[in-house]
Amino acid sequence: MKKTLVSLVASLTLLSVLLCFATGCSSGGITGCFDDREVLNVYNWGEYISDGEDDSLDVIEAFEEKYNIRVNYTTFASNEEMYQKIKSGAGNYDVIIPSDYMVEKMINEGLLEKLDFDNIPNYKYIGSDYKDLDYDPNNEYSVPYLWGTVGIFYNSTMVDEEDVEAQSWDLLWNEKYSGQILMFDNPRDAFGIAMKKLGYSQNSTNEDEWEEAYDLLAEQKPLVQAYVMDQIFDKMANEEAAIAPYYAGDARIMSAENPDIKFYLPVEGSNKFFDAMCIVKGTEHKEAAEKFIDFMCEADVALANSEYVCYSTPHTEAYKMLDKDVRNNKNYYPDSKVLDRCEVFCNLPADINELENDLWIKLKTK
Amino acid sequence: MNKKSSVLAAPYALWMLLFTVVPLGMVVYFAFWGENGFTLEYIKSIAETQYARPLGVSVWLGLIATVICLLLGFPIAYIISRAKGISQRTMVMLIMLPQWMNFLLRTYALMSLLENNGLINTWLRDVGLEPINIINTRAAVVLGMVYDFLPFMVLPIYSVLTKIDNRVTEAAQDLGANGFVVFRRIILPLSVPGIISGITMVFVPSVSSFIISQLLGGGKEMLIGDVIEMMFVHVEGGRNIGAALSLVLMALMLICMTLMNHFDDSEDVGGLMV
Repeated sequence: MKKTLVSLVASLTLLSVLLCFATGCSSGGITGCFDDREVLNVYNWGEYISDGEDDSLDVIEAFEEKYNIRVNYTTFASNEEMYQKIKSGAGNYDVIIPSDYMVEKMINEGLLEKLDFDNIPNYKYIGSDYKDLDYDPNNEYSVPYLWGTVGIFYNSTMVDEEDVEAQSWDLLWNEKYSGQILMFDNPRDAFGIAMKKLGYSQNSTNEDEWEEAYDLLAEQKPLVQAYVMDQIFDKMANEEAAIAPYYAGDARIMSAENPDIKFYLPVEGSNKFFDAMCIVKGTEHKEAAEKFIDFMCEADVALANSEYVCYSTPHTEAYKMLDKDVRNNKNYYPDSKVLDRCEVFCNLPADINELENDLWIKLKTK
Repeated sequence: MNKKSSVLAAPYALWMLLFTVVPLGMVVYFAFWGENGFTLEYIKSIAETQYARPLGVSVWLGLIATVICLLLGFPIAYIISRAKGISQRTMVMLIMLPQWMNFLLRTYALMSLLENNGLINTWLRDVGLEPINIINTRAAVVLGMVYDFLPFMVLPIYSVLTKIDNRVTEAAQDLGANGFVVFRRIILPLSVPGIISGITMVFVPSVSSFIISQLLGGGKEMLIGDVIEMMFVHVEGGRNIGAALSLVLMALMLICMTLMNHFDDSEDVGGLMV
């Protein structure tokens, strides 16, 4: 008797699993079988959405409740990683949030769907400074989510005041701090800094300028303690290193961990980046995806995200609702004078891209 | 009977086909076929400094790590194999214990131990000693390899040593051999299979390791594993070179292992090792 019961349960389980595959609710796994809501696949940067932690708004949950759509939320660590997934068709994604140059590249390669802005009425809240940008000149494919700049973090107890007065990229090449300098571990950001220090465009297509930037980075290498990305947080907080370039939006996390860590946006200008919401070509959930983008542009949602992530918001209403200290903080919302010297990355032509990678490997294997 | 065993082997054969043979085929394909069909260009480009150098450095650091593992591992394995009952089991357990934690976590832990303001240096300063500057150097990378792969050296040697019949060594002693001679003529030759598999199991993952150099070496010197990762993940159209590098690396490993196995069969290997 017992045995029959066991086999009955077993076959029922098997049957339901088989049914699950047969009905095609694959992305949801087994739990998805008993959940007939539409599924929207959102692919975003890690730690890049307000998730309910510390009494913040749980954006995904709020969206699911409002529209009765289930969100399958996954994250990536780099634009290139995300691009490879979309390009190869591996995985099922509807809404993605790439950065500027990647949006441009994906538009060029026909990987993105044009947005129907009738379904995204909240787009009207996006400030005019954040529209008509080069990566999406006619505002057809993307809605900016958050933006920011790259600048220098330094520990004010380890770096002398006179050395930061100039507010320049030169600090990263200051021999006095040899062994205490961290540098970006990705070619685009690293070369971007060298280009700005040289006074060239970060989007230069002049090979000589790239070679010059390489020489500058090679000159810096002996002073560099390590090439890192996320480890910058720990190494700066533990005073393992004194100086590191990173994204302005991370200033709050850095100074919360170690109040001596300060930030400035170098006067030579820097990189200004946008992460923008797009819809993947060929999605079956276009309407749901547009609902999601619209939801992300609701003032309180945009506010919650900007407050949680600490990156700057392009949303005019959310900006007004921000804490006064944040709004007036020049690190997050710099004067247009400095901002004008900042550039947004463009998608580089293939040969320059190749040169950049070659030079990067050359630098890292020197 | 035969039919039965082939049925039993089917799941694994399928597994092999899906996850070993097909990916290997893809590696070969990408290494030789570019946009314009068959080409040797990718394999040739490995001779360029930016690829040849990390390959050389990886092999060199892998070799050092393997030698250190052998020098550390053999005595440990010998001591464990000589221990009795519960203490032997405890020691084997202690060797295996770190393996229960993910290798990435262990490497991170090692990083926070070795940092200039890490645990070890804080402690050294507290007791009034000079701190050591090892993080972000080649030495730290080798240390990471030894730390991560040492059990792979100890365990195979240990398991071979425990299988040596005590009567063999006793006989040698009866015939007048002293401790050194017993070790050189009896124990060492009999443990060669363990040493060989230990060397292989340390050398292969050391040479192809990635992330260790990024975490402990400060990313200042890419190893071949890091270059391959970069090619596949971060460089558009880099997978051809990445595949070619993987293929060359695999071929290199294969040559090393064949050479090693050759030693395994030769008779006077004991003398050769000493």
